[in-house]
Amino acid sequence: MALRLRLDKPWRPLTAEVVDRLPGQLGVYQIADAKGTIVYIGQAGARTAFGLRSELQREASQRASGHQFRVEVNQQYRTRWFELLMVHQADHGSLPTDNAKNPPPALGRLSPN
Amino acid sequence: MDFEPSAEQQMLIDQVRRYVREEIIPLEAKLDPDAAELDPADQARLVEKTKAMGLYGIDIPKEFGGPDIDIVTRVLLAIEMAQHRAGLYVPCYGTFGGAGLAQIFEANEDQKERYLYPTLRGEKKPFFGLTEPSGGSDPARAIQTRAERKDNGWVLNGAKIFISGADRAQYGIVFARTDASKGRAGITCFIIDAGTPGFHVRRVVHTLRSSSYATELEFKDCWVSDHQILGEVNKGFAVANDRLTRQRIPYAAGCIGVAIAAHEMAVEWAKMRSTFGEKLANRQAIQWMLVDNEIDIRTARHFTLEAAEKARRGLPFRTEAAIAKLTASEGGGRVVDRAMQIHGGMGMTKDLPLERWYREMRIRRVGEGPSEVQRMVIAREILGSNLR
Repeated sequence: MALRLRLDKPWRPLTAEVVDRLPGQLGVYQIADAKGTIVYIGQAGARTAFGLRSELQREASQRASGHQFRVEVNQQYRTRWFELLMVHQADHGSLPTDNAKNPPPALGRLSPN
Repeated sequence: MDFEPSAEQQMLIDQVRRYVREEIIPLEAKLDPDAAELDPADQARLVEKTKAMGLYGIDIPKEFGGPDIDIVTRVLLAIEMAQHRAGLYVPCYGTFGGAGLAQIFEANEDQKERYLYPTLRGEKKPFFGLTEPSGGSDPARAIQTRAERKDNGWVLNGAKIFISGADRAQYGIVFARTDASKGRAGITCFIIDAGTPGFHVRRVVHTLRSSSYATELEFKDCWVSDHQILGEVNKGFAVANDRLTRQRIPYAAGCIGVAIAAHEMAVEWAKMRSTFGEKLANRQAIQWMLVDNEIDIRTARHFTLEAAEKARRGLPFRTEAAIAKLTASEGGGRVVDRAMQIHGGMGMTKDLPLERWYREMRIRRVGEGPSEVQRMVIAREILGSNLR
């Protein structure tokens, strides 16, 4: 049985108070603007100091207020990150705006059902 | 048989060993522990380096521009190329090049122009579509993807799973049943272009190998012309089987390379680390683990070189390849496991490559024919063909 393809958890406000309570585990995350449009899909890999918490703390400090986020704890953060990017591309015809500025060199093509 | 490297082989081994230690490992230290690719600029620079070494495209036959290195020497070099974090599945991050799909050398001239030569030039990447949801160890019976004759071509319907690189490939070779009544004599090999209508990469399949993923494919009324048949109709099983046998030798060599690297780490750690006022190396429990590592590595190395030597001489090597694959994947797994035990807590962390090797080495007991199938192949040799 296939795992869930899309990350569909509820959005949470991208603020220091919220992200400070995140786990230090590895995984993937999405950032959306205030309207809920995904602008970035990121990964918290094993070189981060505190996994998702440090990555989202960095995102919160660099992005304007009003952004939102959701996370998925996942040891397979790399392959899951590629998967989320490919699914987004299949669903919307393009990468999220901030990923499109620096796309991965060899992103594959998926046609999910 | 004497498997001591000749002077020329040793020179090549030393060259590749230096390359791994001076070029690959320092770059790797800056990458994510599960990375499978180098930065494109580093990749391009290192490809130029391996070309200058005369070792680029090491597995490519001489008539297609390869460096004409025999299979025994290639095994010795493959053992070296695997000795870094990503080395089991991405030896030297692919900087030694290669066709990546041995079957495509069997193509006719038209197919060589369209697929083989662009692949050798690095312009196209292939995938290998054999395994299906119904099973992978027994392709002759498990293949349920059908290809039916229609409009001077063939219509494919079915699914494939655990297919590496299909989402990024420009083409792949896909095995389908063209005669349901003939078992293994009813399978045909097709070349499928990525954009062919009816060919879909449906999803990513995540595995223990978290550096890279496999994919699931669907063929839904996917029409291809006769020009896309690789080899002959109903003779695809031989194409698949030949690859599965040949692939077992380099597959074993990769396991040995990683086992050697893990073993060397364990030896160094045992000499350095003290517990209860004594170096680990002075503890009999640790010494015995290191001895068992040494035996597993030497055993696998011997059988793998024996299989390669038989292949080099043009002798049958199916049983030897099975023994090599079995001893290297199972022994290699034990070596990495013991090395982790010797390292204690540090052995479990992503700070060291051991945990990646441990996960990836586990796959090797299943990939390219599981241990049980290798034992079946060896048992047939021992008991005679009437066992079939």
